[in-house]
Amino acid sequence: MTADFDAVSLIDVSRHFGRRRAIARLSLTARAGDILGLLGPNGAGKSTLIGLFATLVAPTSGEVRFGDHPARSLGAALRRRLGLLAHELHLYPELSARQNLRFFGELYGVGAGRVEAALARAGLEERGDDDVSGFSRGMRQRLALERALLHDPRLVLLDEPFTGLDDRAVGVVSDRIRQLAAGGAIIVLATHDLDLAEGLITRVVLLRDGRLVADEAAAPGLRARYRRVVGGA
Amino acid sequence: MFLRTALLVLRKDFAIEVKSREILYTTLLFALSCVLVFSIAFVKEGEPLEDAAAGILWIAIEFAGTLALGRTFERERYGETLRALLLAPAPRAAIYVGKMLGIVVLLAVCELLLVPLVALLFRSRLFEEPVLLLALLLTGTVGFAVVGSLFAAMLVRARTRDVMLPILLYPMTVPLMIGGVRGTVALTQTPVDQPSAIMWIVLLLCMDAVFLVLALWTFEPLMTE
Repeated sequence: MTADFDAVSLIDVSRHFGRRRAIARLSLTARAGDILGLLGPNGAGKSTLIGLFATLVAPTSGEVRFGDHPARSLGAALRRRLGLLAHELHLYPELSARQNLRFFGELYGVGAGRVEAALARAGLEERGDDDVSGFSRGMRQRLALERALLHDPRLVLLDEPFTGLDDRAVGVVSDRIRQLAAGGAIIVLATHDLDLAEGLITRVVLLRDGRLVADEAAAPGLRARYRRVVGGA
Repeated sequence: MFLRTALLVLRKDFAIEVKSREILYTTLLFALSCVLVFSIAFVKEGEPLEDAAAGILWIAIEFAGTLALGRTFERERYGETLRALLLAPAPRAAIYVGKMLGIVVLLAVCELLLVPLVALLFRSRLFEEPVLLLALLLTGTVGFAVVGSLFAAMLVRARTRDVMLPILLYPMTVPLMIGGVRGTVALTQTPVDQPSAIMWIVLLLCMDAVFLVLALWTFEPLMTE
């Protein structure tokens, strides 16, 4: 079954962990070309929402749809079109950068050429055979991003993608995100960094206590808007 | 695709272990220490307690296996790589099989040292029927790895995983341990009780099949939060 899609929708989705409500009756659609910024304070439900998009968390009620198909009907074919950079980096520290990329490349059926290209984009060609355990957080972050994008995913889920990156790397990653969106990817980006988010995201989704409090086009004055709707920051 | 994914996961675990040798050394040391301590307690003036060798062999395998399971899945917890594996476009059950095969290989290496050591220290006639012994060890070890890998994967994100793993694992593996011990006792009798040994091997094989089917069936739903 082909699992390509040009929109992802959450329809009246709730997610509870025991008695704790992480997401409450949330509806949202992200389309190809969107860079959707998930913003909100700690515990607002951003990571749970990323988990729902990634099909790693099942909704307690409601439905996640990829194009016209419910997530559960697509399985492995759908996962081929998802790329996730989580807060934990999904890398094996005992393996080298190249071994990590090769392993995940093989899982996704990606050739060695793409692995080398990803290593180059991460700026780690010369450190490719070094163990990841010896890398700085920024180097790991760049490698993890390329690992998540190795298979050219349609839906790119980024949880705090700028953590540990220096100024230059932030610029490179931001450009990469814009290129992906221009190429038809759907980008969902969860971050606390409003300064970095402003100018990068094309849509703002504000969350508070698991509820959607705003879903609108990005506009200048993001911090002021955030303070007004969510408070703090 | 299924087998390829399982072998990829196995190869990755092997590559990590070749670099660190952490799990192999700790598991081996633990298993050998276990056998040595029991040999001090149960061998008096060169005469071992009757049938003690069988029990001690399987206790050492089970305890060392529990240690290996904990450490193997701890690696997947660090960096949340298990989530990355579950997100890959591969059959999720294949990831489970890959991890499970890694435990089988690790325990097989341990058994290569454990079995001769137990035979030596307890003057046990373990090698009278090497083919049957191999079949018994294989079926017992596979069964333990099948159940253990499922529970260890389930508990990977639980804070109490180190406590919960033995609590869940040991009651479930009691039938396997009984089969392993009784089969080994049959193999060390004089003369060797072949029919009993074969019966226990067949029983273990049946238990392996049941546990494997249940594990493959439940792995994906259990791993989706």
